[in-house]
Amino acid sequence: MAVTKRIVLRFPKRMVDRPIIYKLVKDYDLEFNILKASITPEQEGVMVLELKGNQAEYDKGIEFLLKGGVQIQSLGQDVIRNEDRCTHCGACVTVCPTKAFITDTKTRMITFDNTKCIACGLCIPACPPRAMEVHF
Amino acid sequence: MAKTIAEINEKIKAGKAVVFTAEEIISVVQEKGIKQAAQEVDVVTTGTFGIMCSSGAYFNIGHAKPRIKLGGGRVYLNDVQAYAGLAAVDLFLGAGALPDDDPRNRVHPGEFNYGGGHVIEELVAGKDVRLSATAYGTDCYPRKRLETWLNIKDLNQATLFNIRNVYQNYNVAVNTSDKTIYTYMGILKPKMGNANYSSAGQLSPLFNDPYYKTIGIGTRIFLGGGTGLIAWHGTQHNPDVPRTDKGIPKEGAGTLAVIGDMKQMSPKWLVGTSVLGYGASLTVGVGVPIPILSEEILQYTTVTDEDIFAPVIDYSDAFPQLKPDILGEVSYAELKSGKIKVKGKEVPTASRSSYARAVEIAAILKNWINNSKFFLTEPVEPLPGIESGVTFRKLNERPIED
Repeated sequence: MAVTKRIVLRFPKRMVDRPIIYKLVKDYDLEFNILKASITPEQEGVMVLELKGNQAEYDKGIEFLLKGGVQIQSLGQDVIRNEDRCTHCGACVTVCPTKAFITDTKTRMITFDNTKCIACGLCIPACPPRAMEVHF
Repeated sequence: MAKTIAEINEKIKAGKAVVFTAEEIISVVQEKGIKQAAQEVDVVTTGTFGIMCSSGAYFNIGHAKPRIKLGGGRVYLNDVQAYAGLAAVDLFLGAGALPDDDPRNRVHPGEFNYGGGHVIEELVAGKDVRLSATAYGTDCYPRKRLETWLNIKDLNQATLFNIRNVYQNYNVAVNTSDKTIYTYMGILKPKMGNANYSSAGQLSPLFNDPYYKTIGIGTRIFLGGGTGLIAWHGTQHNPDVPRTDKGIPKEGAGTLAVIGDMKQMSPKWLVGTSVLGYGASLTVGVGVPIPILSEEILQYTTVTDEDIFAPVIDYSDAFPQLKPDILGEVSYAELKSGKIKVKGKEVPTASRSSYARAVEIAAILKNWINNSKFFLTEPVEPLPGIESGVTFRKLNERPIED
Protein backbone atom coordinates (compact mmCIF):
# COMPACT_ATOMS: atom_id res chain seq x y z
CA MET A 1 0.00 0.00 0.00
CA ALA A 2 1.40 3.37 -1.02
CA VAL A 3 1.40 6.21 1.50
CA THR A 4 2.12 9.90 1.36
CA LYS A 5 2.84 11.72 4.60
CA ARG A 6 4.07 15.10 5.65
CA ILE A 7 6.31 15.17 8.66
CA VAL A 8 8.51 17.59 10.54
CA LEU A 9 12.01 16.31 11.27
CA ARG A 10 14.22 17.80 13.96
CA PHE A 11 17.86 16.84 13.70
CA PRO A 12 20.16 17.07 16.66
CA LYS A 13 23.47 18.84 16.06
CA ARG A 14 25.44 15.64 15.63
CA MET A 15 23.28 14.48 12.75
CA VAL A 16 23.16 17.60 10.67
CA ASP A 17 26.16 16.59 8.57
CA ARG A 18 24.88 13.09 7.77
CA PRO A 19 23.17 12.16 4.49
CA ILE A 20 19.90 11.17 6.14
CA ILE A 21 17.53 11.84 3.26
CA TYR A 22 19.80 10.03 0.83
CA LYS A 23 19.42 6.95 3.03
CA LEU A 24 15.63 7.21 2.90
CA VAL A 25 15.78 7.11 -0.88
CA LYS A 26 18.46 4.48 -1.27
CA ASP A 27 17.55 2.05 1.50
CA TYR A 28 13.80 2.48 1.74
CA ASP A 29 12.88 3.58 -1.76
CA LEU A 30 10.99 6.63 -0.48
CA GLU A 31 10.22 9.56 -2.70
CA PHE A 32 10.72 12.87 -0.89
CA ASN A 33 9.69 16.41 -1.38
CA ILE A 34 11.32 19.00 0.85
CA LEU A 35 8.66 21.52 1.80
CA LYS A 36 10.81 23.51 4.14
CA ALA A 37 14.34 23.13 5.44
CA SER A 38 16.60 24.98 7.77
CA ILE A 39 19.78 23.06 8.26
CA THR A 40 22.95 24.79 9.30
CA PRO A 41 26.15 22.91 10.13
CA GLU A 42 26.86 22.76 13.85
CA GLN A 43 23.26 23.73 14.70
CA GLU A 44 19.99 21.93 15.10
CA GLY A 45 18.20 21.31 11.81
CA VAL A 46 14.49 21.35 11.01
CA MET A 47 13.01 19.95 7.87
CA VAL A 48 9.42 19.56 6.68
CA LEU A 49 9.22 16.66 4.35
CA GLU A 50 6.64 14.90 2.28
CA LEU A 51 7.49 11.23 1.99
CA LYS A 52 5.88 8.90 -0.47
CA GLY A 53 6.36 5.16 -0.72
CA ASN A 54 5.31 1.71 0.31
CA GLN A 55 3.79 1.59 3.84
CA ALA A 56 6.17 -1.09 5.09
CA GLU A 57 9.22 0.73 3.73
CA TYR A 58 7.90 4.01 5.10
CA ASP A 59 7.59 2.49 8.56
CA LYS A 60 11.13 1.16 8.32
CA GLY A 61 12.38 4.55 7.14
CA ILE A 62 10.74 6.27 10.09
CA GLU A 63 12.24 3.69 12.42
CA PHE A 64 15.66 4.43 10.93
CA LEU A 65 15.19 8.15 11.55
CA LEU A 66 14.02 7.63 15.13
CA LYS A 67 16.94 5.30 15.86
CA GLY A 68 19.30 7.94 14.58
CA GLY A 69 17.92 10.44 17.06
CA VAL A 70 15.75 12.45 14.67
CA GLN A 71 12.60 13.75 16.34
CA ILE A 72 9.53 13.37 14.17
CA GLN A 73 6.40 15.45 14.40
CA SER A 74 3.59 15.67 11.99
CA LEU A 75 1.80 18.60 10.57
CA GLY A 76 -0.98 18.11 13.10
CA GLN A 77 -3.48 20.34 11.38
CA ASP A 78 -3.52 17.90 8.51
CA VAL A 79 -5.11 15.22 10.67
CA ILE A 80 -8.70 16.08 11.44
CA ARG A 81 -11.63 14.41 13.07
CA ASN A 82 -14.89 14.36 11.15
CA GLU A 83 -17.20 15.32 14.01
CA ASP A 84 -20.24 14.03 12.12
CA ARG A 85 -18.80 10.53 12.07
CA CYS A 86 -17.12 10.32 15.47
CA THR A 87 -19.25 8.33 17.91
CA HIS A 88 -16.97 8.96 20.91
CA CYS A 89 -16.45 5.24 21.41
CA GLY A 90 -12.81 5.49 22.44
CA ALA A 91 -11.23 2.93 20.11
CA CYS A 92 -8.51 5.49 19.29
CA VAL A 93 -7.48 6.19 22.88
CA THR A 94 -4.89 3.46 23.41
CA VAL A 95 -3.92 3.20 19.75
CA CYS A 96 -2.48 6.73 19.67
CA PRO A 97 1.23 6.68 20.62
CA THR A 98 1.22 10.32 21.79
CA LYS A 99 -2.01 10.30 23.82
CA ALA A 100 -3.67 12.86 21.56
CA PHE A 101 -7.08 11.35 22.41
CA ILE A 102 -8.34 11.85 25.94
CA THR A 103 -11.57 10.54 27.48
CA ASP A 104 -13.32 13.28 29.44
CA THR A 105 -13.94 11.68 32.83
CA LYS A 106 -17.35 13.38 33.23
CA THR A 107 -18.98 13.27 29.80
CA ARG A 108 -17.02 10.26 28.48
CA MET A 109 -16.59 12.23 25.25
CA ILE A 110 -13.25 11.78 23.47
CA THR A 111 -11.27 14.96 22.85
CA PHE A 112 -8.67 15.16 20.08
CA ASP A 113 -5.68 17.38 20.80
CA ASN A 114 -4.08 17.80 17.40
CA THR A 115 -1.08 19.62 18.85
CA LYS A 116 0.02 16.23 20.22
CA CYS A 117 -0.64 14.51 16.89
CA ILE A 118 2.40 13.31 14.93
CA ALA A 119 0.32 12.17 11.94
CA CYS A 120 1.55 8.62 12.32
CA GLY A 121 -1.80 7.58 10.85
CA LEU A 122 -2.45 4.73 13.30
CA CYS A 123 -5.85 6.08 14.33
CA ILE A 124 -7.15 6.22 10.79
CA PRO A 125 -7.81 2.52 10.15
CA ALA A 126 -8.33 1.90 13.89
CA CYS A 127 -11.38 4.17 14.00
CA PRO A 128 -14.50 1.99 13.53
CA PRO A 129 -16.71 4.70 11.94
CA ARG A 130 -13.68 6.07 10.02
CA ALA A 131 -13.95 9.52 11.54
CA MET A 132 -10.24 10.32 11.39
CA GLU A 133 -8.99 11.84 8.15
CA VAL A 134 -5.63 12.95 6.83
CA HIS A 135 -5.61 15.88 4.46
CA PHE A 136 -2.33 16.83 2.83
CA MET B 1 -47.50 0.32 46.23
CA ALA B 2 -46.98 -1.99 43.25
CA LYS B 3 -47.74 -0.12 40.05
CA THR B 4 -48.84 -1.59 36.77
CA ILE B 5 -47.65 -0.73 33.29
CA ALA B 6 -51.17 0.47 32.45
CA GLU B 7 -51.04 2.92 35.39
CA ILE B 8 -47.63 4.20 34.28
CA ASN B 9 -48.96 4.70 30.74
CA GLU B 10 -51.84 6.76 32.16
CA LYS B 11 -49.28 9.00 33.85
CA ILE B 12 -47.25 9.24 30.64
CA LYS B 13 -50.42 10.26 28.76
CA ALA B 14 -51.12 12.95 31.36
CA GLY B 15 -47.52 14.14 31.13
CA LYS B 16 -46.99 13.28 34.77
CA ALA B 17 -44.68 10.29 34.65
CA VAL B 18 -41.48 10.60 36.69
CA VAL B 19 -38.56 9.37 34.61
CA PHE B 20 -34.84 9.14 35.30
CA THR B 21 -31.98 7.66 33.35
CA ALA B 22 -30.14 4.65 34.78
CA GLU B 23 -27.29 7.02 35.63
CA GLU B 24 -29.46 9.62 37.38
CA ILE B 25 -31.43 7.05 39.38
CA ILE B 26 -28.33 6.07 41.36
CA SER B 27 -28.18 9.40 43.24
CA VAL B 28 -31.98 9.73 43.37
CA VAL B 29 -32.21 6.50 45.36
CA GLN B 30 -29.22 7.47 47.48
CA GLU B 31 -31.01 10.69 48.47
CA LYS B 32 -34.60 9.51 48.88
CA GLY B 33 -34.12 5.91 49.90
CA ILE B 34 -35.53 2.96 48.03
CA LYS B 35 -39.05 3.08 49.56
CA GLN B 36 -39.84 6.68 48.74
CA ALA B 37 -38.10 6.58 45.35
CA ALA B 38 -40.06 3.46 44.33
CA GLN B 39 -43.29 5.32 45.06
CA GLU B 40 -42.26 8.39 43.10
CA VAL B 41 -40.35 7.02 40.11
CA ASP B 42 -42.25 5.44 37.20
CA VAL B 43 -39.61 4.66 34.60
CA VAL B 44 -35.84 4.30 34.40
CA THR B 45 -34.33 4.59 30.92
CA THR B 46 -31.21 2.74 29.78
CA GLY B 47 -29.05 2.96 26.68
CA THR B 48 -26.20 1.39 24.79
CA PHE B 49 -24.37 2.27 21.59
CA GLY B 50 -21.93 -0.31 20.34
CA ILE B 51 -20.77 -2.44 17.45
CA MET B 52 -23.35 -5.21 17.07
CA CYS B 53 -22.36 -7.57 14.26
CA SER B 54 -25.45 -9.77 14.26
CA SER B 55 -27.53 -6.93 12.87
CA GLY B 56 -29.24 -6.77 9.54
CA ALA B 57 -32.30 -5.66 7.66
CA TYR B 58 -34.88 -7.08 5.32
CA PHE B 59 -36.52 -5.31 2.44
CA ASN B 60 -39.36 -5.73 0.04
CA ILE B 61 -38.41 -3.65 -2.99
CA GLY B 62 -41.71 -3.91 -4.93
CA HIS B 63 -42.26 -5.72 -8.21
CA ALA B 64 -40.53 -4.67 -11.40
CA LYS B 65 -42.37 -4.50 -14.69
CA PRO B 66 -41.96 -7.04 -16.24
CA ARG B 67 -41.49 -9.09 -13.09
CA ILE B 68 -38.23 -10.60 -11.82
CA LYS B 69 -37.81 -13.36 -9.22
CA LEU B 70 -34.74 -12.46 -7.19
CA GLY B 71 -35.18 -15.55 -5.01
CA GLY B 72 -32.49 -18.02 -5.99
CA GLY B 73 -30.63 -15.37 -7.95
CA ARG B 74 -27.86 -12.98 -6.94
CA VAL B 75 -28.48 -9.51 -5.61
CA TYR B 76 -26.08 -6.73 -4.72
CA LEU B 77 -26.76 -3.44 -2.95
CA ASN B 78 -23.88 -1.02 -3.62
CA ASP B 79 -21.85 -4.13 -4.58
CA VAL B 80 -22.53 -5.78 -1.21
CA GLN B 81 -24.24 -9.13 -1.58
CA ALA B 82 -27.72 -9.43 -0.08
CA TYR B 83 -29.36 -12.74 0.73
CA ALA B 84 -32.03 -13.57 -1.84
CA GLY B 85 -33.08 -17.10 -0.91
CA LEU B 86 -36.63 -15.89 -0.34
CA ALA B 87 -39.59 -14.92 -2.51
CA ALA B 88 -39.51 -12.72 -5.60
CA VAL B 89 -38.57 -9.31 -4.20
CA ASP B 90 -37.66 -9.90 -0.55
CA LEU B 91 -34.03 -9.49 0.50
CA PHE B 92 -32.01 -9.73 3.68
CA LEU B 93 -28.81 -7.79 4.17
CA GLY B 94 -26.41 -8.61 7.00
CA ALA B 95 -24.18 -5.99 8.61
CA GLY B 96 -21.07 -8.11 7.98
CA ALA B 97 -21.66 -8.71 4.25
CA LEU B 98 -18.83 -7.55 1.98
CA PRO B 99 -18.44 -6.73 -1.71
CA ASP B 100 -17.11 -9.72 -3.69
CA ASP B 101 -14.02 -7.74 -4.68
CA ASP B 102 -13.14 -6.57 -1.16
CA PRO B 103 -9.58 -7.80 -0.53
CA ARG B 104 -10.66 -8.93 2.97
CA ASN B 105 -7.55 -10.00 4.90
CA ARG B 106 -5.42 -10.88 1.85
CA VAL B 107 -3.27 -7.93 2.87
CA HIS B 108 -3.46 -8.23 6.63
CA PRO B 109 -4.97 -6.37 8.39
CA GLY B 110 -7.77 -5.68 5.92
CA GLU B 111 -9.52 -2.31 6.19
CA PHE B 112 -13.13 -3.37 5.49
CA ASN B 113 -14.13 0.15 4.54
CA TYR B 114 -17.54 -0.77 3.17
CA GLY B 115 -20.02 -3.53 3.95
CA GLY B 116 -23.62 -4.31 4.80
CA GLY B 117 -23.61 -1.99 7.82
CA HIS B 118 -22.61 0.90 5.59
CA VAL B 119 -25.43 0.12 3.13
CA ILE B 120 -27.90 0.18 6.05
CA GLU B 121 -26.51 3.53 7.21
CA GLU B 122 -26.78 5.01 3.70
CA LEU B 123 -30.35 3.77 3.31
CA VAL B 124 -31.50 5.32 6.60
CA ALA B 125 -29.67 8.52 5.61
CA GLY B 126 -32.03 8.63 2.60
CA LYS B 127 -29.27 8.07 0.05
CA ASP B 128 -29.93 6.16 -3.15
CA VAL B 129 -28.46 2.66 -3.17
CA ARG B 130 -27.62 0.79 -6.38
CA LEU B 131 -29.29 -2.60 -6.79
CA SER B 132 -27.88 -4.98 -9.32
CA ALA B 133 -29.36 -8.44 -9.68
CA THR B 134 -29.34 -11.49 -11.88
CA ALA B 135 -32.06 -14.14 -11.83
CA TYR B 136 -32.83 -17.32 -13.75
CA GLY B 137 -36.20 -16.28 -15.17
CA THR B 138 -39.49 -18.17 -15.02
CA ASP B 139 -42.72 -18.10 -17.00
CA CYS B 140 -44.31 -15.83 -14.39
CA TYR B 141 -41.14 -13.84 -13.56
CA PRO B 142 -39.44 -13.58 -16.96
CA ARG B 143 -36.71 -11.01 -16.31
CA LYS B 144 -33.13 -12.10 -15.76
CA ARG B 145 -31.45 -8.78 -15.02
CA LEU B 146 -32.24 -5.74 -12.96
CA GLU B 147 -30.16 -2.60 -12.38
CA THR B 148 -31.85 0.20 -10.50
CA TRP B 149 -31.46 2.86 -7.84
CA LEU B 150 -33.34 2.18 -4.62
CA ASN B 151 -34.41 4.69 -2.03
CA ILE B 152 -35.78 3.75 1.38
CA LYS B 153 -38.87 5.91 0.86
CA ASP B 154 -39.92 3.77 -2.12
CA LEU B 155 -39.46 0.38 -0.44
CA ASN B 156 -42.55 -1.44 0.78
CA GLN B 157 -40.72 -2.61 3.88
CA ALA B 158 -37.31 -1.70 5.24
CA THR B 159 -37.13 -3.47 8.56
CA LEU B 160 -34.13 -3.63 10.84
CA PHE B 161 -33.95 -7.09 12.37
CA ASN B 162 -30.96 -7.70 14.61
CA ILE B 163 -30.76 -11.25 15.85
CA ARG B 164 -28.26 -10.52 18.62
CA ASN B 165 -27.85 -7.10 20.22
CA VAL B 166 -27.40 -5.57 23.67
CA TYR B 167 -25.14 -8.22 25.21
CA GLN B 168 -25.51 -8.36 28.97
CA ASN B 169 -21.82 -7.92 29.85
CA TYR B 170 -18.83 -8.64 27.65
CA ASN B 171 -15.19 -9.71 27.71
CA VAL B 172 -12.28 -7.38 28.28
CA ALA B 173 -9.78 -8.20 25.55
CA VAL B 174 -5.98 -8.29 25.90
CA ASN B 175 -3.15 -9.86 23.92
CA THR B 176 -0.37 -11.70 25.73
CA SER B 177 1.52 -12.65 22.55
CA ASP B 178 4.57 -10.90 21.10
CA LYS B 179 2.85 -9.32 18.13
CA THR B 180 -0.03 -6.92 17.54
CA ILE B 181 -3.31 -8.64 16.76
CA TYR B 182 -6.38 -7.24 15.01
CA THR B 183 -9.61 -8.49 16.55
CA TYR B 184 -13.28 -7.61 16.73
CA MET B 185 -12.34 -6.09 20.09
CA GLY B 186 -9.95 -3.76 18.27
CA ILE B 187 -6.21 -3.51 17.86
CA LEU B 188 -4.52 -5.33 20.73
CA LYS B 189 -0.90 -4.48 21.34
CA PRO B 190 1.57 -7.22 22.28
CA LYS B 191 2.38 -8.19 25.89
CA MET B 192 -0.87 -6.73 27.22
CA GLY B 193 -0.09 -3.26 25.86
CA ASN B 194 -3.78 -2.34 26.09
CA ALA B 195 -7.17 -3.71 27.14
CA ASN B 196 -10.43 -3.07 25.28
CA TYR B 197 -13.93 -3.40 26.70
CA SER B 198 -17.38 -2.93 25.19
CA SER B 199 -20.34 -2.21 27.41
CA ALA B 200 -22.09 0.87 28.71
CA GLY B 201 -21.86 -0.68 32.19
CA GLN B 202 -24.31 0.92 34.62
CA LEU B 203 -26.38 2.37 31.73
CA SER B 204 -26.60 -0.85 29.74
CA PRO B 205 -30.17 -2.23 29.52
CA LEU B 206 -29.74 -5.77 30.82
CA PHE B 207 -27.51 -4.77 33.75
CA ASN B 208 -30.48 -2.76 35.04
CA ASP B 209 -32.87 -5.70 34.91
CA PRO B 210 -30.47 -8.60 35.36
CA TYR B 211 -33.15 -11.30 35.75
CA TYR B 212 -35.38 -9.93 32.91
CA LYS B 213 -38.25 -9.18 35.28
CA THR B 214 -39.62 -6.37 33.10
CA ILE B 215 -37.73 -6.62 29.80
CA GLY B 216 -39.37 -9.27 27.64
CA ILE B 217 -40.68 -10.14 24.22
CA GLY B 218 -42.80 -7.25 23.00
CA THR B 219 -41.08 -4.56 25.06
CA ARG B 220 -41.08 -1.31 23.08
CA ILE B 221 -37.60 0.22 22.81
CA PHE B 222 -35.50 2.97 21.25
CA LEU B 223 -33.88 1.41 18.20
CA GLY B 224 -31.59 3.22 15.79
CA GLY B 225 -33.25 6.56 16.49
CA GLY B 226 -36.79 5.24 16.01
CA THR B 227 -38.90 2.87 18.03
CA GLY B 228 -38.72 -0.87 17.81
CA LEU B 229 -39.66 -3.96 19.74
CA ILE B 230 -37.87 -6.83 21.40
CA ALA B 231 -38.72 -9.71 19.08
CA TRP B 232 -37.17 -12.64 20.92
CA HIS B 233 -34.19 -13.50 23.05
CA GLY B 234 -31.04 -12.97 21.01
CA THR B 235 -28.83 -15.74 19.67
CA GLN B 236 -26.30 -17.05 22.22
CA HIS B 237 -28.66 -15.93 25.04
CA ASN B 238 -27.11 -17.57 28.08
CA PRO B 239 -28.79 -16.51 31.33
CA ASP B 240 -27.36 -19.19 33.62
CA VAL B 241 -23.82 -17.86 34.14
CA PRO B 242 -21.98 -17.01 37.37
CA ARG B 243 -23.48 -13.87 38.93
CA THR B 244 -22.55 -11.48 41.74
CA ASP B 245 -24.58 -11.24 44.98
CA LYS B 246 -26.67 -8.54 43.30
CA GLY B 247 -27.45 -10.85 40.38
CA ILE B 248 -25.14 -9.19 37.86
CA PRO B 249 -23.68 -11.69 35.37
CA LYS B 250 -19.89 -11.83 35.52
CA GLU B 251 -19.54 -12.65 31.82
CA GLY B 252 -21.57 -12.42 28.61
CA ALA B 253 -25.11 -13.60 29.42
CA GLY B 254 -28.48 -12.41 28.09
CA THR B 255 -28.95 -11.00 24.58
CA LEU B 256 -31.85 -9.48 22.65
CA ALA B 257 -33.24 -9.88 19.15
CA VAL B 258 -34.78 -6.56 18.14
CA ILE B 259 -36.89 -5.34 15.26
CA GLY B 260 -38.05 -1.97 13.99
CA ASP B 261 -39.05 0.16 11.02
CA MET B 262 -35.92 1.57 9.39
CA LYS B 263 -37.93 4.39 7.85
CA GLN B 264 -38.09 6.01 11.31
CA MET B 265 -34.39 5.56 11.98
CA SER B 266 -31.40 7.84 11.61
CA PRO B 267 -27.76 7.45 10.53
CA LYS B 268 -26.69 8.98 13.83
CA TRP B 269 -27.85 5.81 15.59
CA LEU B 270 -27.03 3.23 12.91
CA VAL B 271 -23.43 3.72 11.88
CA GLY B 272 -21.61 1.62 9.28
CA THR B 273 -18.49 0.37 10.98
CA SER B 274 -15.11 -0.97 9.87
CA VAL B 275 -13.16 -3.21 12.18
CA LEU B 276 -9.51 -3.37 11.10
CA GLY B 277 -8.44 -6.91 10.25
CA TYR B 278 -11.86 -8.26 11.20
CA GLY B 279 -14.72 -7.07 9.02
CA ALA B 280 -17.57 -4.69 8.39
CA SER B 281 -20.33 -4.20 10.94
CA LEU B 282 -22.99 -1.86 12.25
CA THR B 283 -22.91 0.28 15.39
CA VAL B 284 -26.42 0.27 16.84
CA GLY B 285 -28.12 2.49 19.40
CA VAL B 286 -30.63 0.75 21.66
CA GLY B 287 -32.48 2.12 24.66
CA VAL B 288 -34.82 0.12 26.88
CA PRO B 289 -37.29 1.61 29.41
CA ILE B 290 -37.69 -0.16 32.73
CA PRO B 291 -41.07 0.30 34.42
CA ILE B 292 -40.59 0.70 38.18
CA LEU B 293 -43.23 -1.79 39.28
CA SER B 294 -41.71 -2.56 42.68
CA GLU B 295 -38.90 -1.70 45.07
CA GLU B 296 -37.03 -4.77 43.91
CA ILE B 297 -37.07 -3.62 40.27
CA LEU B 298 -35.94 -0.13 41.29
CA GLN B 299 -33.14 -1.64 43.36
CA TYR B 300 -31.79 -3.41 40.27
CA THR B 301 -31.66 -0.12 38.34
CA THR B 302 -29.34 1.43 40.93
CA VAL B 303 -26.50 -0.82 39.76
CA THR B 304 -23.21 1.09 39.45
CA ASP B 305 -19.98 0.49 37.54
CA GLU B 306 -18.41 -0.67 40.84
CA ASP B 307 -20.94 -3.54 40.98
CA ILE B 308 -20.28 -4.88 37.48
CA PHE B 309 -17.34 -7.18 36.73
CA ALA B 310 -16.05 -8.48 33.41
CA PRO B 311 -13.56 -11.25 32.63
CA VAL B 312 -10.19 -10.39 31.06
CA ILE B 313 -9.56 -12.73 28.15
CA ASP B 314 -6.43 -13.33 26.08
CA TYR B 315 -7.45 -12.84 22.45
CA SER B 316 -4.14 -14.23 21.18
CA ASP B 317 -4.85 -17.67 22.60
CA ALA B 318 -7.76 -18.37 24.97
CA PHE B 319 -10.36 -16.72 22.73
CA PRO B 320 -9.40 -18.16 19.32
CA GLN B 321 -8.70 -21.60 20.79
CA LEU B 322 -11.98 -21.60 22.74
CA LYS B 323 -10.21 -22.17 26.05
CA PRO B 324 -12.06 -21.24 29.23
CA ASP B 325 -9.05 -19.47 30.81
CA ILE B 326 -9.47 -15.97 32.14
CA LEU B 327 -6.67 -13.65 33.28
CA GLY B 328 -8.74 -11.96 35.96
CA GLU B 329 -11.88 -9.97 36.65
CA VAL B 330 -12.15 -6.19 36.66
CA SER B 331 -14.99 -3.78 37.42
CA TYR B 332 -16.33 -1.25 34.93
CA ALA B 333 -15.32 1.46 37.42
CA GLU B 334 -11.72 0.27 37.04
CA LEU B 335 -12.08 -0.02 33.26
CA LYS B 336 -13.39 3.54 33.03
CA SER B 337 -10.51 4.87 35.16
CA GLY B 338 -8.30 4.37 32.10
CA LYS B 339 -6.17 1.55 33.47
CA ILE B 340 -6.56 -1.87 35.03
CA LYS B 341 -4.21 -4.33 36.72
CA VAL B 342 -3.91 -7.72 35.01
CA LYS B 343 -1.54 -10.32 36.48
CA GLY B 344 0.26 -7.49 38.31
CA LYS B 345 0.73 -5.40 35.18
CA GLU B 346 -0.87 -1.99 34.68
CA VAL B 347 -2.71 -1.97 31.35
CA PRO B 348 -4.30 1.10 29.72
CA THR B 349 -7.96 0.64 28.75
CA ALA B 350 -10.17 1.84 25.93
CA SER B 351 -13.86 1.40 25.24
CA ARG B 352 -15.33 0.00 22.04
CA SER B 353 -18.85 1.21 22.81
CA SER B 354 -19.71 4.87 23.29
CA TYR B 355 -20.81 5.72 26.81
CA ALA B 356 -21.44 9.34 25.76
CA ARG B 357 -23.92 8.14 23.13
CA ALA B 358 -25.50 5.69 25.60
CA VAL B 359 -26.16 8.64 27.93
CA GLU B 360 -27.73 10.50 25.02
CA ILE B 361 -30.00 7.57 24.15
CA ALA B 362 -31.24 7.20 27.73
CA ALA B 363 -31.91 10.96 27.77
CA ILE B 364 -33.81 10.87 24.45
CA LEU B 365 -35.98 8.00 25.66
CA LYS B 366 -36.65 9.89 28.91
CA ASN B 367 -37.59 12.93 26.86
CA TRP B 368 -39.96 10.93 24.63
CA ILE B 369 -41.71 9.56 27.72
CA ASN B 370 -41.88 12.99 29.40
CA ASN B 371 -43.45 14.40 26.24
CA SER B 372 -46.03 11.60 25.98
CA LYS B 373 -44.51 10.37 22.73
CA PHE B 374 -43.47 6.94 23.94
CA PHE B 375 -45.63 4.46 25.85
CA LEU B 376 -44.56 1.29 27.60
CA THR B 377 -45.73 -2.12 26.50
CA GLU B 378 -46.52 -5.18 28.57
CA PRO B 379 -44.22 -8.02 27.48
CA VAL B 380 -46.19 -10.83 25.86
CA GLU B 381 -43.71 -13.40 27.12
CA PRO B 382 -40.65 -13.21 29.37
CA LEU B 383 -37.13 -13.79 28.08
CA PRO B 384 -35.76 -17.20 29.03
CA GLY B 385 -34.44 -16.91 32.57
CA ILE B 386 -31.80 -18.82 34.50
CA GLU B 387 -34.17 -21.74 35.09
CA SER B 388 -35.16 -22.01 31.42
CA GLY B 389 -32.42 -24.40 30.39
CA VAL B 390 -31.47 -22.09 27.52
CA THR B 391 -27.66 -22.23 27.30
CA PHE B 392 -24.84 -21.33 24.96
CA ARG B 393 -23.38 -24.55 23.58
CA LYS B 394 -20.15 -25.10 21.75
CA LEU B 395 -20.39 -26.66 18.31
CA ASN B 396 -20.70 -30.42 18.48
CA GLU B 397 -18.18 -30.88 15.68
CA ARG B 398 -18.31 -34.38 14.20
CA PRO B 399 -15.84 -35.35 11.47
CA ILE B 400 -17.48 -36.55 8.26
CA GLU B 401 -15.98 -39.85 7.12
CA ASP B 402 -15.95 -40.27 3.35
